[in-house]
Amino acid sequence: MSWLDANRDYVLDMLLQHVRLSVPAIVISVLVAVVLGRVAWRWPRAGTVVLGSASLLYSVPALPLLIVIPVLLGIPLRSGLTLVVALAVYGTALLAGTAADAFGSVDARVREAAEAMGYSRAGLLWKVDLPLAVPVLLSGIRVVTVSTVSLVTIGALVGIPSLGNLLTDGFQRDIRAEIVTGVLGTMLLAVTLDALLVALGRVVTPWRAATPAGGAS
Amino acid sequence: MNLFGDALAWITDGAHWGGPGGIDHRVVQHLLVTFAAVALAAVLALPLGILIGHTGRGRLVVVALAGAVRAVPTLGLLTLLGLALGIGIQAPLIALVALAFPSLLAGAYAGIEAADRGAVDAARAVGMSEWQLVTRVEIPLGADVILGGIRAATLQVVATATLAAYISDTGLGRYLFSGLKSRQYDQMLAGALLVAALALVLDLTMAALQRASRPTTRKVPS
Amino acid sequence: MTRTPLRSRQLGLALVAAAALSLTACGSDDPLSSGDGGKGGDKIVIGSQDYYSNEIIAEAYAQALEAADIEVERDFRIGQREAYLPGIEDGSIDLFPEYTGPLLQVWQPDTTARLADDVYDELEDAADDKGLEVLDQSPATDQDSYVVTAAFAEKYDLATIEDLAKVTEKLTFGANSEAESRPNGPKGLKDTYGVDVAFTPIEDSGGPLTVKALKDGSIQLAIIYTGDPSIKKNDLVTLEDTKGLFLASHVVPVASDDLSDKAKGIINKVSAAMSPEDLVDLDARSVDEELPAATIAKDWLQKEGLL
Repeated sequence: MSWLDANRDYVLDMLLQHVRLSVPAIVISVLVAVVLGRVAWRWPRAGTVVLGSASLLYSVPALPLLIVIPVLLGIPLRSGLTLVVALAVYGTALLAGTAADAFGSVDARVREAAEAMGYSRAGLLWKVDLPLAVPVLLSGIRVVTVSTVSLVTIGALVGIPSLGNLLTDGFQRDIRAEIVTGVLGTMLLAVTLDALLVALGRVVTPWRAATPAGGAS
Repeated sequence: MNLFGDALAWITDGAHWGGPGGIDHRVVQHLLVTFAAVALAAVLALPLGILIGHTGRGRLVVVALAGAVRAVPTLGLLTLLGLALGIGIQAPLIALVALAFPSLLAGAYAGIEAADRGAVDAARAVGMSEWQLVTRVEIPLGADVILGGIRAATLQVVATATLAAYISDTGLGRYLFSGLKSRQYDQMLAGALLVAALALVLDLTMAALQRASRPTTRKVPS
Repeated sequence: MTRTPLRSRQLGLALVAAAALSLTACGSDDPLSSGDGGKGGDKIVIGSQDYYSNEIIAEAYAQALEAADIEVERDFRIGQREAYLPGIEDGSIDLFPEYTGPLLQVWQPDTTARLADDVYDELEDAADDKGLEVLDQSPATDQDSYVVTAAFAEKYDLATIEDLAKVTEKLTFGANSEAESRPNGPKGLKDTYGVDVAFTPIEDSGGPLTVKALKDGSIQLAIIYTGDPSIKKNDLVTLEDTKGLFLASHVVPVASDDLSDKAKGIINKVSAAMSPEDLVDLDARSVDEELPAATIAKDWLQKEGLL
């Protein structure tokens, strides 16, 4: 514990950086994946192409991606943006399929009833499809959140600060307490964000008694 | 000079094939590590997931546990294991097993739970034992989803198996690290392309397997 | 994603391939060139490697400058050389503690300089070509060295690298992966000393895993920095480099032209005050007492009367 006591500010600073990197990446992933999922659900033929390419991106190892993204976008390697883009790519790849499934999970009879009641196309999306897709969507978002928070740590390898720095520094100096702090801090952040998502899910889907926990990714 | 052209040239250069550090050798190593990790994780995760799916018990605990495992940064796990076990393939292998575990577990219990309840009840009504129920009805019906979990786990592991090269002379990750550290980006990108290609081949194979498992499910009346 | 047909996946691959090809048309020379040259305005941006010893030196620079009311911005722990060197070269980092030999080898891979002053002279020219300046080199050194365990050294009566030829068992050498292709790696051992070694990568820059592997006997030979307190702590033996495989490696500040003469003078004083023993002590405090770099640097500056 003495290490943590002496380095409290540093750890908190890194935790803050970690949040700053992971939250935007998660939000972008969700937005892009929902749009892609909607497209894939609406036009299945184009959708399979989109989803196929997305899942392929997931197989690209993270480290080279961090080097290639700055070339593609013309941003500095050590910019946090590089990591956010890389994580958003992975998050989208992970979530797009689930998002399509989520729209598919909406009962067609409910949709027909809503149409009969005179909902416009936009109304159908915002008031029927999206809310009803939330439970399945949320299970995917939870997976993306947890894996994104964990992946942020690799930024330490290319000089983008996060709790990952505790891992590389603790490793070099052989301070196990520092490595363990990095690992536990990352897990704690992931679990906290996950719990917030579950709570959010309860708020936006009051008609459900309980939210499902995690699905097959 | 362009990066991708150089990377492709690096791959097609005959000098980088054959011998102990050759591309062919590293691809085989990479595949072996991937298979070993997924197989070990499957031995642990699939029976557990099937048990949970079948009994419906312990779901919350195990799901929370799997979520926590998913949150463990692989880099941190690898360094801690490395300090405990020393260099070589053991530490990366265990880290990769931990990586594959949650997807396999989720696939297994979701697959069993997704098995058509009508079919399960019917099978129970005709006097099948619990064991027969699991092996003859639930697993065949859930095979598609279970294989989906294996497929997702394999994709994750094949990309992350590059970390094995952090502390052992194994796999395609060697090209990534030595390319990155010596600023030979053609080599680094070549490594990345090879991993992505390997992932694609594996994924197509698993997709074919998954499709092959489907006709069985269609024969069962629902 | 379980229902994606095969054909569309192939189409997906084709799309990715097409994107990759279109990229080849507009690929830039240096993937790591950073775009924000000259950030930070008047402040002096000080960088450091993702290496605790280097961070302590950078912290000493920062505190010494702050004591003279010069505004600094700390941009520490930015990876290894491949990550931060572009930032130095394009001027977004103004001051960085470097090491003469390894830096010269990046800028001039074919250099034949080995002795401290020769290396420094060539480095001055190389820096000049990049529009940069190296300030005075410090007496402190942190240099790659070949080490073995004391038991192993005793068994074969080893004192120099040359003595490795006497070893009758298979020698495995463990180091960062880039060592495999560097002139002082396995190739150098073979060409300069006639010693054959197998290679295994351990990406911790001679850190705890490397030491553990040496003690386990998974490897017999490793590269560890001479400034690393683990050499003493673990009773390791540094083999003397009689034929100049390694370049002399003194701590040296690399500076952009944003640095005033006053600032340069302060940094030169810091460099002059740091002895090789000081550096080992500073590292030892970091590893053993687990103190933050700022505390260690402050204590040392005060002891030297620089604060």
